[in-house]
Amino acid sequence: MTQPASIQPKKSFLERLPSLSILGPVVALVFMTAFFGFSTTTFFTSRNLSQILQQVMIVGVIGIGQTLVILTAGIDLSCGVVMAFGSIVMTKFAVEYGVPPILAIFAGIAATTLFGFINGILITRVKLPPFIVTLGMLNIATALTLIYSKSQTISGVPDALLFFGNTLKFGETQITYGVILMLALFTLTWFILSETAPGRHLYAVGNQPEAARLTGIPTDRVILVVYTVAGLIYGIAAWLLVSRYTVGNPNAGQTENLESITAVVLGGTSLFGGRGMIFGTLLGAIIIGVLASGFIQMGIPSTYQLLITGALVILAVATDQFTKRKS
Amino acid sequence: MNPLIEMKNISLRFGGNQALSDVSINLYPGEVVGLLGHNGAGKSTLIKVLSGAYKSDSGQIFVEGSEVKINNPQDSQRHGIETIYQSLALADNLDAVANVFLGREKINGVVLDEDTMEIEARKVLDRLRVKIPSLRVPVSNMSGGQRQTVAIARAVYFKAKVLIMDEPTAALGPEETQKVGELIKALKAEGVGIFLISHDLHDVADLSDRLTVMKNGRVVGTVNTKDVSEDEVLGMIIAGTTPKHLANK
Ligand SMILES: Nc1ncnc2c1ncn2[C@@H]1O[C@H](COP(=O)(O)OP(=O)(O)OP(=O)(O)O)[C@@H](O)[C@H]1O
Ligand SMILES: [Mg+2]
Repeated sequence: MTQPASIQPKKSFLERLPSLSILGPVVALVFMTAFFGFSTTTFFTSRNLSQILQQVMIVGVIGIGQTLVILTAGIDLSCGVVMAFGSIVMTKFAVEYGVPPILAIFAGIAATTLFGFINGILITRVKLPPFIVTLGMLNIATALTLIYSKSQTISGVPDALLFFGNTLKFGETQITYGVILMLALFTLTWFILSETAPGRHLYAVGNQPEAARLTGIPTDRVILVVYTVAGLIYGIAAWLLVSRYTVGNPNAGQTENLESITAVVLGGTSLFGGRGMIFGTLLGAIIIGVLASGFIQMGIPSTYQLLITGALVILAVATDQFTKRKS
Repeated sequence: MNPLIEMKNISLRFGGNQALSDVSINLYPGEVVGLLGHNGAGKSTLIKVLSGAYKSDSGQIFVEGSEVKINNPQDSQRHGIETIYQSLALADNLDAVANVFLGREKINGVVLDEDTMEIEARKVLDRLRVKIPSLRVPVSNMSGGQRQTVAIARAVYFKAKVLIMDEPTAALGPEETQKVGELIKALKAEGVGIFLISHDLHDVADLSDRLTVMKNGRVVGTVNTKDVSEDEVLGMIIAGTTPKHLANK
């Protein structure tokens, strides 16, 4: 006998996704925080906690772009150096060409957005695999950054470029504008991904591109927009980078290429695409920051941090494999 | 009266495989045309040309008498053609409601209008009488029959002029299959034209006004259902020849 079931109470998009992927990083983070909190006297100071947030700010923001890309079952190996290129454009325009700071920032963001757009065109029109396209772009952006800056650090940066280094004080705690911007970007991305139609299309394209195409979603356009928006986000990260280090550094961004992928994976987003949550990436970035900070406080060489991070990445991907096979 | 759909001299090659050669077929309002043929005969490929999934190498498509170019699924939907694919074309990680409205979500300002979509999805699904306890679990957790129903609901919801059904009941039990049959009759009465592909000769014969048999990418022949016996249709499918006295357009 079949009978119509009654309407179910509405569940949010978050509740509808597998919970193991978000539970994992939360548990890991709680465990680590407790461990470092009990092992050191300095870890649980507001100064240290705001320091950690500042340290994960760049990876966190890049990680937003990386998450969007990975949700489409793609990957971006060039994100960090594209950001570095953007920061050189910004600082060079402002310092050497005397362009008004706002326009210099705009130029830097435009440059990174263009990189993202080119990645997107090569992937959707020329049908090249994202891994290869962004690997090529990693080399190209590294070279262009060094050529354009003549491998020189650019200092004497005007204040507008340092805006996000300013801090808000809540009693003892200091939070930089950059951290606030990062949190705002995460929230905005969460909103788009879980509450709007374009966000839903992104999940569908990453999950089953052919099915998405057949239902009438312009899959190539979705992917092109994702890579372009990711480029734009790396431009914002470039501004944060300049704000944090107060110079244009041509050697910046090299660790962020892979560290952003680490953050996304630790946050439970599936490398197969179509599955994951943006706030997981924030957790992933914070896990990296907490490990780094905790090990420093305990006087353990940073090599061990790499070791643990590596093991966690493999654990996260294994969990994802398991989840995928189960469903 | 112009046919609702007319496909003329459609050919399509996949590498060295001529999947369609010079296929012509048409469909009138309120008519059900059954497409029959062995596995690999080209049935799905033909309807995928109409649904915009594939582009033909040559040939023409007319909708209500005027020639149209169908370059992608959106073009096909724009001409009032909805398709239930053999593969179902569902996004597994999304729930039933999201799948019914995928690509054509209801929004409230910029935000997805989940409540309206759920109520509307429930309405179409109830019409098909398939028990789906929760519309809010990923369709990957659903049974084959439930998934098929979601795919049917999606095509029916958008009030098409033309409905393409490629093996719509393959995963359904007898009761649900009967409901789909009733649905087809109801849509037919509303003037919808339907291409129906099925392996079940009985089903197709019961529901179709005309039958088109395909073999090796070619049309063997098109006949009025009431003029043929089951054996004669089987003969067309297997031998690939139409008895002279039955040939009809
Ligand atoms: N995307 C594709 N690429 C290459 N060849 C294809 C593709 N799709 C179909 N074909 C080939 O075209 C021919 C017709 O296939 P099609 O799927 O249209 O058959 P069908 O009549 O729907 O069969 P079935 O009853 O099994 O669904 C087959 O030889 C098949 O191998
Ligand atoms: Mg088929």
